[in-house]
Amino acid sequence: MSAQKNRLLPLEFEKPIVELENMLTDLHKRASDNDIDLSADISSLQGRIAEERSRIYSSLTPWQRVQIVRHTNRPFSLDFLKLIASDYTELSGDRLHANDKALIGGFATIDGRRVMVVAHQKGRDTKEKLMRNFGCPNPEGYRKALRLMRLASKFNLPVVALIDTPGAFPGVASEERHVAEAIAVNIREMFGLEVPVIAAILGEGGSGGALGIGVADRVLIMENAYYSVISPEGCAAILWKDRAHAPRAAEALKMTSPDLIKLGLVDEVIPEPAGGAHHDWVTSAEALKAALIRNLDELGALSPDALMDGRYAKFRAYGRFQELTGQGGAETLDVPVATEVAVV
Amino acid sequence: MADGTPVDPVNSVFGKPTYGQNVGQPKKVEMPKGLWVKCPSCGEMLYKQELSANLMVCRKCTHHFPMTARERIASLVDDGTFEEFDPALVPVNALGFKTSSKDYVDYVKSQQEKTGMNEGVIAGTGTMDGAPLSLAVMDFSFIGGSMGSVVGEKITRAIERATARKLPVVVVCASGGARMQEGLFSLMQMAKTSAALHRHGQARLPFISVLTHPTMAGVMASFATLGDLIIAEPKALIGFAGARVIKETTQQDLPKGFQTSEFLLDRGLIDIVAPRPILKATLANALRYMTAGGTAATKTSSPTETPAS
Ligand SMILES: [Zn+2]
Repeated sequence: MSAQKNRLLPLEFEKPIVELENMLTDLHKRASDNDIDLSADISSLQGRIAEERSRIYSSLTPWQRVQIVRHTNRPFSLDFLKLIASDYTELSGDRLHANDKALIGGFATIDGRRVMVVAHQKGRDTKEKLMRNFGCPNPEGYRKALRLMRLASKFNLPVVALIDTPGAFPGVASEERHVAEAIAVNIREMFGLEVPVIAAILGEGGSGGALGIGVADRVLIMENAYYSVISPEGCAAILWKDRAHAPRAAEALKMTSPDLIKLGLVDEVIPEPAGGAHHDWVTSAEALKAALIRNLDELGALSPDALMDGRYAKFRAYGRFQELTGQGGAETLDVPVATEVAVV
Repeated sequence: MADGTPVDPVNSVFGKPTYGQNVGQPKKVEMPKGLWVKCPSCGEMLYKQELSANLMVCRKCTHHFPMTARERIASLVDDGTFEEFDPALVPVNALGFKTSSKDYVDYVKSQQEKTGMNEGVIAGTGTMDGAPLSLAVMDFSFIGGSMGSVVGEKITRAIERATARKLPVVVVCASGGARMQEGLFSLMQMAKTSAALHRHGQARLPFISVLTHPTMAGVMASFATLGDLIIAEPKALIGFAGARVIKETTQQDLPKGFQTSEFLLDRGLIDIVAPRPILKATLANALRYMTAGGTAATKTSSPTETPAS
């Protein structure tokens, strides 16, 4: 059908909307082909479409959100940069081994504010996906990002980290060059950056691969993005012995923006257009840009020490546990004592 | 070792590894049913009491059996000097996580009953060859040594305690990674522990990470690889992604010895592979270099000599 040619590939749960839209196209065609007035039917159908849209999009399940952020037409970091930055000068290489194309970075100017961007980058078509390694960085990506963030700290440029990765790449070479160490060093060293650091999770916040550029004074998350300790598929494979249980895992992991803001693990949710950012890049980019500018300006007022102390305090506070009282001192733990565990 | 003479680590050019040596005596070792255990590596039947007196190392093939955190502490810290901190921290079900069969809290309870521990790490202070240090030891038998809020908090406190008291930190790692039942809170423990290490390092205090079988994933991508020195036990499984995941993702054959201590020593991640019988001496020796600097280059074997100030 020609009318669908330019339409986005619908996600599974969007099929009811698509069916109605097809009916609408059909009505329009019949009206013009036969020169009859179907405006009443058309407007009633349009009403149903709007209802169906809001029904589906206002109650997205965690798994549906995961599908949205994995949509190939989801705007990626470079798509956003084109829309929010007047200049982007990419800088390459880790000065050690290679130039990772799944984790990029460079100078950018956002509404007149000069910053250093580090960003995961995915590809859209097959060729680009391979070139970007599906957004899964090797150690070189993390080491390049660290080089650029240190450079930013040296020259007083705020850091903007755009996060969108399923995770660091699980490969032999990646292990041989110690991807875990590269991520760990980034995490530690980001606590020493003397400039404002803002992280925005654009799509997939995949575990250590995300956190490797994710230590920030403000952590923002796009409405449909997720941030998780493990992929829903990985969690399902371990806990339910079947990756097909990924939707359940996505629910249980509390990895979506509404859950994370409730848990206090992210600072701000950036709204997306109905159905997700892939339906309207420009509106999505405007929301991201506004959030970045506001946070940059707020953090810009703080001294390096205040920034680093605040960053420490922020991450130091993460964790929920109970401290049992009435316990003896050392070495008295022969008997398990956690009989009553309450959520604090 | 009582006189403080350093034993050369295994890959030192000055000495050969000495296996089967008895360093430190774990005092009370629990004896579950059965007096004998079969070595999974060489098949030798080992008398349990003898095995534990030998630091859980097979006397025939030097296979390193897993050690509980308490056994490990007894093997590293001078007798009677260990003071435990934060034993009363216990997990909560922050996400309301449950699988069809079990609520997370019930799962934790069953693990506490099984192991006699409140969580998968024991932390405290003590002395090692007379030198004070802050120590945290992970225990793989507690939910695979996985790191949730409690493990992260106890390790962070151990590091912060060291910073406050100007002490070195040693963390003995054994972990499958972050604990998924605590979701993003677990991932954030990687940041929290690393933040504490940033401050500890800024204070120019030494941190040694000891990698034991197995150390993987989230723990590897945080404190485990942030040591000023990284010391591993022989033949430990050490890596970021699991071998199965790598194979499935890349359809590649894995090189021989992939993700073992020796492989990573060869690839440049690990400073020293230290067999368990010389681990304490290796740590104590390294810490002397890192705490006294070059100014106290007196014979460490003469405890009467005071270091020049
Ligand atoms: Zn053996």
